Amino acid sequence: MLRVEGLRSAYGRIEAIKGVDLEVRAGEIVALIGANGAGKTTLLRAISGVQPITAGTILFEGERIETLPPHARVARGIAQVPEGRQVFGPLSVEDNLRLGAFRRGGEHAAEGLAQVYALFPVLAEKRRLPAAGLSGGQQQMLAIGRALMSRPRLLLLDEPSMGLAPLLVDQILEAVAALRARGLTVLLVEQNAAAALAIADRGYVLETGRVTHEGEARALLRDPRLREAYLGV
Amino acid sequence: MDQLLQFVFSGLTVGAVYALVALGFTLIYNASDVINFAQGEFVMLGGMVTVFAYAAGVPLPLAALLAVAVAVATGLALHRFAIEPARGANAVTLIIITIGASILIRGIAQIVFDKQFHRFPSFSGEDPIAVLGASILPQSLWVLGGAAIIVALLWLFMEKTLLGKAVRATAANRLAARLVGIDTALVLALAFGVSGAIGALAGILVTPITLTSVTVGTLLALKGFAAAMLGGIGNPVGAVAGGLALGLLEALAAGFISSTYKDAVAFVVIIAVLFVLPQGLFGKRAVERV
Repeated sequence: MLRVEGLRSAYGRIEAIKGVDLEVRAGEIVALIGANGAGKTTLLRAISGVQPITAGTILFEGERIETLPPHARVARGIAQVPEGRQVFGPLSVEDNLRLGAFRRGGEHAAEGLAQVYALFPVLAEKRRLPAAGLSGGQQQMLAIGRALMSRPRLLLLDEPSMGLAPLLVDQILEAVAALRARGLTVLLVEQNAAAALAIADRGYVLETGRVTHEGEARALLRDPRLREAYLGV
Repeated sequence: MDQLLQFVFSGLTVGAVYALVALGFTLIYNASDVINFAQGEFVMLGGMVTVFAYAAGVPLPLAALLAVAVAVATGLALHRFAIEPARGANAVTLIIITIGASILIRGIAQIVFDKQFHRFPSFSGEDPIAVLGASILPQSLWVLGGAAIIVALLWLFMEKTLLGKAVRATAANRLAARLVGIDTALVLALAFGVSGAIGALAGILVTPITLTSVTVGTLLALKGFAAAMLGGIGNPVGAVAGGLALGLLEALAAGFISSTYKDAVAFVVIIAVLFVLPQGLFGKRAVERV
């Protein structure tokens, strides 16, 4: 579904991604793990088109998309839940969700809203409140719901567990697994490697802009070097 | 007392114009962090195009419509040919581009029009209306009413339409706006177009009272900027409140101190805001949970 080849991206003279190859197949959850500053967020932003690339190709469903503007990539079916949630603070919860369906003109938003509210009932209770007033976990749910409103086929999730209590992390990751069960493909970036690999099919390990390990999630979980470096065992 | 009321009337009239200019600043600032110092030129174009079209025999409403169209086109062109190519440049660079653009627009206007002061007739006659011992020009009511309608329409657009919400979303978080599929360049073009229209309408409404010439834009831009700062830059409610407050301050200073220093009020306000109240009256105080 998604194939990234030889991707490079830089901030000024500092290269954050130094030639990354990565593949996500339809129906998979792929985890992308690595330390802070490894280039995970840069890679996701490059896939969405909000971070310029210096080399490489991005294929989505067989077509090159690396020159398309971000809104065209959303229209093709790639949605991202950005790091730090990035909700539209002054706007109401429901307006945040409606804007998620912006590319589809907001016309068919009602059905999407019902689905998001079914997935995260707490959002329905707070639909009229400004998003800035939600708790961190609720904002994360809102950010995921907003991304789902565009009816994506591929969901890019950047650090959904960041700053959340363990119970909430489980709840969010369960929701991700449930979405996959409905046919959504997910590329999940996490520092919480154990939690991410637990729900993923395959994983990639990114270190200073390069992929150092890749494979089945279960195999990565057993890899002694990774266990020491990322799983804290 | 009558005198005070008189000053209040004239202050509110001028203040409404400052408020509209400040709203134009706010729109563009929210979409891009750019302070568009060509904002005053939109007001100038509104007045001058109407004057010359009217003098050429075009009926006044049509002349006004034409002026709005010219200002909108100027705003869109400013975005397309000066701001968009410099995309990615820092805000200061973009602000300097807008100052350059304002000089260019004024220069072209001097060639197309002339350097004289002009006006066209008031919309509803020139006879002042007596109110509680003071008098108010019918055109002042047009200015106040027109400004109120513009503010209300803009509010409806921002609060009730998906496109308006997209503009607010872009202001709140540009990265997230791009990620949900909002074309933020289009939002910015829209902000420039709407700012052009608002500026032109302000110029059209006020020209029968204050007269206009190709050079009125500079001072109006500075005063609109002062009003926006006073209200809290980026806040539309603040822009309107700041504009009215600045107009009142100016009129009171002119009436009770000296009209020589009328134009200094705006600059005193800028300095005072910077020292005492950098956030402005309605500056961002919203607490965001992290």
